[in-house]
Amino acid sequence: MLETLGSLATGFEIALQPQFLAYAFAGCVIGTLVGMLPGLGPLAGISLLLPGTLGLNPTAALIMLAGVYYGAMYGGSTTSILMRIPGEAASVMTCIDGYAMTLKGRGGAALAISAIGSFVAGTLSVVGLMLLAPPLAEFAIRFGPAEYTSLLVVGLIVLAYMSGGSMPKMLAMAALGLLCGMVGMDVMTGYARFTGDVIAMRDGLGIVPVAVGLFGISEIMLSAAKAREVAVRQPRLRELVPTGAELKASVAPIARGSVLGFLIGIIPGSAHIISSFVSYGIERRLSKTPERFGTGAVEGVAGPESANNAAASGAFVPMLALGVPSGPIPAVMLAAIMIHGVIPGPLLIAERPDIFWGFIASMYVGNVVLLILNLPLVGLFIQVLRIPYRYLYPLILTLCVIGVYAVGQSVVDIWIMVAMGFLGYAMRKLGYEPAPLVLGMVIAPQLELSFRQSLALSGGDYSIFVTRPTSAALLALAVILLALSVRTALTQRADWRQRLRLEERV
Amino acid sequence: MAQAPSGASGSPRPADGGLHDDQVSGVALAIAGVLIALQSWQYPIGSLAEPGPGYLPFALGLALAGCGVLVAIAGGGSPAFRWRQFDDGLKGLAILAGLGFAALALERLGYRITIAVLLLYYLGVLERRPWLRTLVLTAIVSLGSYYVFARLLRVPLPIGVFGF
Repeated sequence: MLETLGSLATGFEIALQPQFLAYAFAGCVIGTLVGMLPGLGPLAGISLLLPGTLGLNPTAALIMLAGVYYGAMYGGSTTSILMRIPGEAASVMTCIDGYAMTLKGRGGAALAISAIGSFVAGTLSVVGLMLLAPPLAEFAIRFGPAEYTSLLVVGLIVLAYMSGGSMPKMLAMAALGLLCGMVGMDVMTGYARFTGDVIAMRDGLGIVPVAVGLFGISEIMLSAAKAREVAVRQPRLRELVPTGAELKASVAPIARGSVLGFLIGIIPGSAHIISSFVSYGIERRLSKTPERFGTGAVEGVAGPESANNAAASGAFVPMLALGVPSGPIPAVMLAAIMIHGVIPGPLLIAERPDIFWGFIASMYVGNVVLLILNLPLVGLFIQVLRIPYRYLYPLILTLCVIGVYAVGQSVVDIWIMVAMGFLGYAMRKLGYEPAPLVLGMVIAPQLELSFRQSLALSGGDYSIFVTRPTSAALLALAVILLALSVRTALTQRADWRQRLRLEERV
Repeated sequence: MAQAPSGASGSPRPADGGLHDDQVSGVALAIAGVLIALQSWQYPIGSLAEPGPGYLPFALGLALAGCGVLVAIAGGGSPAFRWRQFDDGLKGLAILAGLGFAALALERLGYRITIAVLLLYYLGVLERRPWLRTLVLTAIVSLGSYYVFARLLRVPLPIGVFGF
């Protein structure tokens, strides 16, 4: 424990340096804007900002991108509460009671509760991350290629399972993602695959054009056709103070949301979205007056908002401790530090404590920055929503072109972005989730390498995956989840995952 | 005529034996999977004990095809496939066409001219915004973003045949 505190103090020495403070601040501001603007979610925002971090050192890049991530969590709640427009998917549940509070003239208080809940949850979950990641990394140092292969496979299957849709569709997307990740030179032999004799393709498909295309461009394609002007209501400063009763009612939901969000965040999947749905359901179930939910219950804002922020931090546990992303956003962030030559994995904490502890400390700092940003400056931020979408989306597309080109200095990346935009549009129309595709693409090289290394170690004996206890346990989990999905499909019964999706549509 | 029952997402189900969304997408995935597997077969596959570069792509191509078949088989309950649901896609395609132009022109015409043409197309042609406002915004964004990215952030942006 003392060692942890000592390391944290070192982290604060890094995070409180003016340059890193500036990057955390910039990340939080950009993230808040990204979270508020429909059509530009945290993933597209992080991907677009990635080229701007190429000139930074890896610690600064990670601090800034993390600021964008949890800034987006904060920002998404503002439009949900004031306008019933979720800036990003995790804020969908906040729309229900947050907007109802706005209609009752308590929108300012809802914003304040949301910001306080996000701050408390964000801070508590960073403590969890700080305490959990180092021992997990120490455990994972003993992992060999077989364990890594199983871990990556189970990560993909958990993501597919947690998404709650059709398992064959999710697995198809995961397979497609893995195939996308295998475009280019083979990691072991250097053999070029699926490159179509285009030299630029030998390096493989970049995560930035794929993520921007799938999430950003496809969203703009869907939104641009139905763009409409929205009325922006700006809360007065004195409305931001919650009443004593509102604060008292929020304490327990914030505490529950923090713990729940962090735990769900560790599990692969769209954790920040799932955690807010689960938290809302739990708060409604625990309430003595569940009929108030939907009509402006402050617990319906406090719980989900805390949960989605805690989940954002929880998602960093497998990323930092194991080098395994739990979803598309950590996957892009992992790609960001790899661009700087940092090798993610269990040795990261030991070999690059400056990055790990600087990042942890910056998250504490970022939470304070966001609390300051989101309460007094909410009136300023909301002005951006006055820009009509028909002006906004051409500007976002311009940013996409710059961002995607700047990473690899190649127009091939712009073509990839266009193709992925088209694919993402078709996928959304036909009910396919892009998240397993992105995750599959990022882990493909590591999965292929560890799979082939495992077989090289065992002399071609596949039993290596089931004779090593950790690997066998992970594969057993994958089999159980697949079996549960098959059972759900055969019995045609809506389980908790489908119920969550049904609530999402409400 | 009997009303077609409503699908999962509100679209009508085909009463005339037409195709469903999941059947169309499942078949498309199955075809893509088979094509990928065939392409992977051209690469060194290696053996079960010692996989080559084509081994996993081949296996994944088959897995993709298998998942596509499962999606298609189970797809009878999904909404009816209608080209109409892609009506907003026309504007989407127009947006993609602009990005395609950017890919073709960026290294030929240079960053500033390409972005200017792109914005004129989006704001003036697609969105029919007033021309004066479009021109002013185009000039500010194309020159301003070049200054910010190329000069301040030192991101190398292309200069075209006009040296601009």
